[in-house]
Amino acid sequence: MKPSPMQQPFRTAVLILVWGWLLFLVLAPNLLVVGASVMSRDPARFLSLPLNLDAYRQLLDPLYLEVFLHSLYMAVMTTLACLLVGYPFAWALSRVGKQRQVLLVFLLIVPFWTNSLVRTYALKLILATNGLLNNALLALGWIDEPMKLLYTEGAVIIGLVYLLLPFMILPLYSVFDDLREELLMASHDLGAGRWATFAHVIVPLTLPGVLAGVMLVLLPAMGLFFVPDILGGSRNLLVGNVIKNQFLDARNWPFGAAASILLTLAMAFLLFAHKLSKRRLGEEGGA
Amino acid sequence: MNKTLLSLHHLSKEFDGKTVLDSLDLEIYDGEFITLLGPSGCGKTTLLRLMAGFEQPDAGTITLSGVDLTHTPPERRPLNTVFQHYALFPHMSVFDNVAYGLKMEKRPKDEIRQRVREALAMVQLEDYANRRPHQLSGGQQQRVAIARAVVKRPKVLLLDEPLSALDYKLRRTMQVELKRLQRELGITFVFVTHDQEEALSMSDRVVVLKDGRIQQLGTPREVYERPANLFTARFVGETNFFPGTVTAVGENELRVDVLGLARTLRKPAFAVAEGQRLHVLLRPEDIRVLDPADADGLPGKIVERNYKGSTLDSVIHLADGTEVLASEFFDEDDPAFDYRLGEPVKVSWVDGWEWLLPEEVDPTPAEDRTVEA
Repeated sequence: MKPSPMQQPFRTAVLILVWGWLLFLVLAPNLLVVGASVMSRDPARFLSLPLNLDAYRQLLDPLYLEVFLHSLYMAVMTTLACLLVGYPFAWALSRVGKQRQVLLVFLLIVPFWTNSLVRTYALKLILATNGLLNNALLALGWIDEPMKLLYTEGAVIIGLVYLLLPFMILPLYSVFDDLREELLMASHDLGAGRWATFAHVIVPLTLPGVLAGVMLVLLPAMGLFFVPDILGGSRNLLVGNVIKNQFLDARNWPFGAAASILLTLAMAFLLFAHKLSKRRLGEEGGA
Repeated sequence: MNKTLLSLHHLSKEFDGKTVLDSLDLEIYDGEFITLLGPSGCGKTTLLRLMAGFEQPDAGTITLSGVDLTHTPPERRPLNTVFQHYALFPHMSVFDNVAYGLKMEKRPKDEIRQRVREALAMVQLEDYANRRPHQLSGGQQQRVAIARAVVKRPKVLLLDEPLSALDYKLRRTMQVELKRLQRELGITFVFVTHDQEEALSMSDRVVVLKDGRIQQLGTPREVYERPANLFTARFVGETNFFPGTVTAVGENELRVDVLGLARTLRKPAFAVAEGQRLHVLLRPEDIRVLDPADADGLPGKIVERNYKGSTLDSVIHLADGTEVLASEFFDEDDPAFDYRLGEPVKVSWVDGWEWLLPEEVDPTPAEDRTVEA
């Protein structure tokens, strides 16, 4: 189809906008980060020559390695918790009436209207030793003395799950919504019980949604530095805290940049896995 | 061959207070090709789902060879379904789709491979075993769905409008193929369709359904030539209705006044009395179009003519506004045979070719009377 002259300028404008955005706001900053990661630390000007890989070597320092692994552990726990709650939630969501679906999705999105920092402070008030939860449990007589909830690893994971759960539910909801009832009926019809249908039909067909959800939860769960800042105390750091500290406090830009690149590479790997799983289901994701 | 295989007894089903099936009884014979025919919303798909086990009846029982299946889950019923939109598993190859049911039965690998190959050969798709469903055409996907169901060697194969998504030509081919498969396999087929032509050409028996009740159950010929009521007459094939009034009742025949025309007609099975009003039904191919000068027949004029290749189909308006459809075969002696629009003609029929129905309150609004193709 040949575009009419009237469409041409609009098309060009849109393309320039999109490519301009990608070049200046995505590609250029990332290249700057890559550049920074191979330069040397300079207390006065932040960065200086010569180029070297010292920053990457520093990533392997046992001290930082431990922080990274602990961060990864908390992120994995967060992701698992989100998956455990989000999967059945999304499934149920896709099976209720259309009108109620719209309402529930709306309720899922409402928290986004409040700044996540503010919501994290709200969570702090609930989890504090003299906070809402402890007081409620004491009043009910379920516990005799307040539990230490705040400034624990658990508090950080709770905070991360609270902030990231919608990002797990929404892609899962989308795949469950596409899952045709007829396929489940066909599976039962061919002799498969509930578990066999779940394992052979539902899981493989919702896998792209699981991977998309994992992608949207796992990496932010390593980066949301303000959650441990508010809820975690000094011992439960995320990779995000390390990066933030290198840039703002330690003034070690190359190391901060190298840690960022580590996260970016992890993201790229997950994207690749997601693409593979999609391709297995055929171009349309379903026939 | 009239041994009952599947027996439905007093089946009722409601959805949201709306009756979908109303105390329905049906005996399905071993090895027959039976079609559930009716307009959308008549309950035919619900009936099929009750048989498959996807829905539970509110009342009634389903027995297969005397064994009660009413509350058996679908995975434990020896019936398999071919779904309207095929419902092939998109993440599995054609082979794995067909093998799925046998894997669930935990059959040995060699047996599975053997039977899947046979099933695919039966639908002429041996070479497509490694394809994925989205790489196949609609007709091929349909054949995979059939192979996937029959590989389980079900007692009954349930087919839910399986041809509705195919184009006309492919549908005809698949009709022939399904018929062949049914003969070769000797499996009972329960076929759901809203296409009366499909129902007539494929079935041993046809069940005409409306509002969750059986309107008529019979061979295609019975349903077409001797419709039990106005609904069946209208839904199955095209029909002309003439109002008639009984003027005299004889031993074997009736004197009937049809729009002022006095005819002697065969006495029907139902009771008739003098002065009673009747419907005189005539299929378009039984209508004879005569010269306006002819003594016999009802006067009218041609308002439409359609060349159909083997027949000339015309629409004739009678003087009182009644519309008559006539379908005439071309005559070898007169290959140029045709009508002018507006040409005056007379409409008649051979007495005895008509079918009589008692007058009934007509629930169908006039604009819905055109028969679905």
